[in-house]
Order: sequence, then structure tokens, then C-alpha cells
Amino acid sequence: MIVTPREARVLTGSHFMLGDHACAEGALAAGCTFFAGYPITPSTEIAERLAARLPAVGAIFVQMEDELASMAALVGASLAGARAMTATSGPGFSLMQENIGLAVMMEAPCVVVDVQRGSPSTGLPTLAGQSDMMQVKWGSHGDYEIVAYAPSSPQEAFDLVVKAFNTADRWRIPVFVMADELIGHMTERVVIPPADQIPRVERKRPRHKPGDPSFLPFLAENEDLVPPIVHAGEGYRVNFDSLTHDERGYPATAAAPHDRLVRRLVNKIRLHADQIIEYEEALLDDAEVAVLAYGSTARSARRAVIEAREQGIRAGLLRLITVWPFPENKIRELNNRVKAFVVPELNLGQMSRETERFSSRPVIGVNHAGGAMMAPAPILDAIREATK
Amino acid sequence: MAEIQVESHPIDALFRKDRLPHIWCPGCGIGPIAHAYALAILESGIPQDKHVCVSGIGCSARAEGYMNLDTYHTTHGRALPFATAMALVNPELEVTVLSGDGDLIAIGGNHLIHAARRNVDINAICVNNFNYGMTGGQVGPTTPPGARATTAPYGNYEQPFILPYLAAAAGAVFVARWTSLHVRQLKDAILRAMQKKGFTFIEVLAPCPVGFGSPNDIGDAIEETWLYRERCVVDHNASLQSLEIDLRRKDVPFVMGNFVDIERPTFDPLVMMKEKGRE
Repeated sequence: MIVTPREARVLTGSHFMLGDHACAEGALAAGCTFFAGYPITPSTEIAERLAARLPAVGAIFVQMEDELASMAALVGASLAGARAMTATSGPGFSLMQENIGLAVMMEAPCVVVDVQRGSPSTGLPTLAGQSDMMQVKWGSHGDYEIVAYAPSSPQEAFDLVVKAFNTADRWRIPVFVMADELIGHMTERVVIPPADQIPRVERKRPRHKPGDPSFLPFLAENEDLVPPIVHAGEGYRVNFDSLTHDERGYPATAAAPHDRLVRRLVNKIRLHADQIIEYEEALLDDAEVAVLAYGSTARSARRAVIEAREQGIRAGLLRLITVWPFPENKIRELNNRVKAFVVPELNLGQMSRETERFSSRPVIGVNHAGGAMMAPAPILDAIREATK
Repeated sequence: MAEIQVESHPIDALFRKDRLPHIWCPGCGIGPIAHAYALAILESGIPQDKHVCVSGIGCSARAEGYMNLDTYHTTHGRALPFATAMALVNPELEVTVLSGDGDLIAIGGNHLIHAARRNVDINAICVNNFNYGMTGGQVGPTTPPGARATTAPYGNYEQPFILPYLAAAAGAVFVARWTSLHVRQLKDAILRAMQKKGFTFIEVLAPCPVGFGSPNDIGDAIEETWLYRERCVVDHNASLQSLEIDLRRKDVPFVMGNFVDIERPTFDPLVMMKEKGRE
């Protein structure tokens, strides 16, 4: 049998697979051609799997000296034309924030997997947390918008890494897969489809030829506000700048061009959030209590909702697939028909605060700071409390 | 006297004329260094569209924006890992990092030693003006002993790095030091760096009359340049440890030269994969 590169990349079939390995296989299936990273628990298995698998399919694996370098390398690789990914956890994610801002500013598509652990600081290296949910939105300085997904299973880790590459290329942004230690270290069934069924979104490329003086590399001609991307060595001779820049890519450090640029970077996501946002609804149609959950915690939330229903309580689940952009319209709609929201998280209240911004009903957080799975029982208690 | 009019210059094509005038102070040494880089590109035989210039932050890091190439003005200190990735992804590119001593040696110092060790095919040109120029004359890791800077209230008491010694120890395959006055030798060194496979490092001493010369009573740009010129000795075989720069000691020369030119396997995953496939 002749194995084509595409087939060698895509491990089609049904597997009993570690969540971290599913992230790595998602990257391979999505056509990742460059991985740079630095070892950190509980994400290291992603790097190790890719170190073993990427060279065999003609893609580059490089271990960098730290996460500052890893994220800088991702931006460089992306602008040289690679589909680029890294994987990390809390402390490494903190170091990446600087060049996440660079990826936003240079509009360099790339994927960052954060297998979250208990934080702050070194915290709980081997134990779960959902501590970086606000950092992924606000961690780098300035106003910007990104897309972040939260997988609830190894299968979804695979699916969302594939999706993250496509979303990154579609909108020219860094995209995040916010896993947690429980998902990363969970082994479950992962079904990988045939190579020709893996969705692939290509980057928008310029309609101008190199040397065309009318080409403005940072002018978004279309309603989507995304300019076409040029890669190094193609002859366009473009300046990519971390400074505020105009449509030519030249530094333009003044109020008016700055406002124009930052608004476009923000609006290309905010104005198209409906095309990006994904969530799963379960038993919400007649619910009087809505449980909002994501990641590993959503598994326990589902159990609690089922148990509540068995006790005659009309509870439902809103499971976030994209955590950012946040589904604010869905919250506003639910707010009209539920008595309260229950938000379980492995942190002391991050997405519950975001929920409060769009709700006039009580938002009941079910929190612990990380280190153990969120059990269904405290969520069920909160649901009961909410109906009183 | 008749006015001399020059319609064009061979290096015009290497600069973005619509970006001029530049931001540098009168007497700054960065301009001649960008000129030498442009001349080396012309002589390299590598198509202009395959040359890529990457920089970090600072006065020297602004040179990339004037080059008519694919250019990348990145974050402070991170030019080398950014450039490393570009060179790995597209080996056809001739990737040069042109940045300053604060950027490459202080905030980016860790990346420098690892880039040298990793030996990816990129060139680093480090403009050393002994201070942070863009922020107005602060002390840095190359500020000579005793020199004054706005953030060295006792004079600099930290031992400066000897950059060629550092780069060579970390594994750079070509290491040189020149001044911005040595335009021809500098151009030749950059050309040699472009021809070599692997990580190359060139330190270029440059006058910074506003940020460094003035507070250190060196005088104006001409006097600072003259100081570097009269203290210069070319010695390609100099001991790397002996390359210290101490303005106070008139008996210690500023040693220039192409000190290291060795062969060492480069980190080139695409080639390594092919070789692995043949086994």
C-alpha cells in the first residue's frame, strides 16, 4: 500500500487515545507544518507526540529555549507560510502573552493549546484547573479579540484543534484551545475521519501581483475586515510591524491610524461573532435553571442536570464550545426565561463574571481553585438552591 | 562651484524611499551599517526577494523598516526566535537580524546564546552603541566600565559582555567585529555571513553622540567616531577573551576582525528528514 502524505498525517480510524495525543493528531490532520514549544506539564505529551510524528510527514518540530521564543517562533513561521502550533500550560502561557499580542498585531494565524492546571504561579503542575479563561482574553496588553475553544473530551480536543487552525487562517488571528489537565490526561475513544473529510479553510491571498504599487497589504477590502496575507519570499516586500501601522504596513504612531487599526482588529471578530460562536444546548427549552459550563467541568454539569431532572427540577445545560467570543446574545435570551444561572468552574469565578455582564438573574458560581475534578454534587446543590 | 547632482545610486533599490527621512540623530552610526548591509545584499547574488530582515526594538531595529525587502519589526528581544522559525520554514530565505545591543544582548540575550547553539542558518548583525539610544541613554550590558548613563547613578559597575567571545562560546560559526566606519570590511563580513550556512554574528561598534557620547564627554559624532578609529587595531587572530572595551584605558585598543570562521552542522530539519528517510 502506498501511503500518501495526507494519509500518513491523518490517523483515520477509531482509537483509545489520550487527550493530549488527540490534540497532536488534530494538528497533524489539520496540516500543521511547524510546532515550536517548551516542555511543561500537563501539555508535554502533545510536544512529544508531535516530535515523533511531524518529521515523518515533512513538518518541522523545534524545541525552543522558553515560551517567549516559542510564541515568537510561531509568528515567524506563520508569516513564512506555515500552519503553526504550540502547546503549553499556565506559567508558559503567561510568558507567551507578549508575542500573542504580536500575532494579533501582525495578523499571523497560529494555534496555541493551553492544557490548564491549578494556578497562580507554579501552582499545581500535575492537577487540573480552568485558571486561564480570563488570561486568554485579556492577557496581552491592549484591546484585541481572539477565538478560544474549550474541549470537553479527547474527541473534541481533536475536532477543535482542527477547527482552530481553520479559524486562525480565516480571521488571521491566534486561536486558542483551552483544554485542562483532566481532558489532556483522559483516555477515551477518538474517531478520526478519512483525510478527505477533514475540513480545510485556506488563507485569503492577495489578488495583486508582487510589485503592483496599488497593493496595500494591510487594507481589508472586504466586509470581513481581513486583509489578504503575503508570505516571506514571495516578492511583495511587505513590512510587518509590531508598531501601529497604516494600510501600507508602515509605522503610523498617531491617534487616528491607531484607532483605525485597533478597531479593525477588534471588529473583524466582534462583528462576525455569530459566524464563530458555538455552543451545545441540552434540556434548555423549558429550563428554569441554566447551567453554563465548559471543558471538563461540563461533564459533571451534564450529570448534575440529569440528576436534577430526575428530581423534577427543570434544569438545562449551556455548554460553551467557544468561550471567546462569549455567547452574550444567548445569555440575554436565556435571561428572559430562566430564574438563575449556575456556573461551575475550576477557578474562583471567571466565566461566571462574564455571565453576570449579560444577565439580570442571579449567577451562582460553583467554584474551587483547582486540583480536583468538579464533582456533580455541588453543582446539583446549586441548582436546587437556584430554584428556591 | 558646480552643484553635483546624482540621479540614482546602486543601493537605491534596497531602500524604501517613501519611508525617508529616517529617525536617526545626526552622527548616528546605524545609517552606514544599513548601507553596508544593502551593499552586501547587492553582492550576495541571492535575489532581493529572498532576503528577509528581522529586528526587535530600538534605534537599530528601525533599520529594517527602511529596507526594501520583506521586513519584520517584532517585539523587544524576540527577533532571533522569530527569524529562526522563518529560516526553518523556508530555507530559500536569506534571513538577517539587524538589531541593537540592548535588544539582542539584554532582553534577548537568552535567545542569542540558544540561536548560536542551535546553528540555524541566520545572520545576526548587532549594532553596539553602548547604551539604549531610543529611550534616551540608559545603561546596558555592553556599556563600558565606569561609563555614565541616565540609569547608572554610580557610573556603570557591571562587567560588560565581550560580544564576539560570547557568540563564539555559544557556537556561532562566523564571528566578527567592526565599526560603522569600516564600511568596506563590514560589507565583506556581512557578505561572508550570508554565504555561510549556520548562525553568524557580527558586532558593529557605532557612535551614539546623543545617548552615549555627550554624557561621557566624548564630544560630538566626529569626535566619537575619531575615538573609535584611533583606538582600532585589526587582528583576526586576537584572543577572544582580550576583546574588552574600556574607554578609560588608553593602552587597551579596540580590536576588530573576523575572528571565527568554522564549519559546524546546521540545524536543518527538512534536510535531516530526507537523510533519515535514506537510512
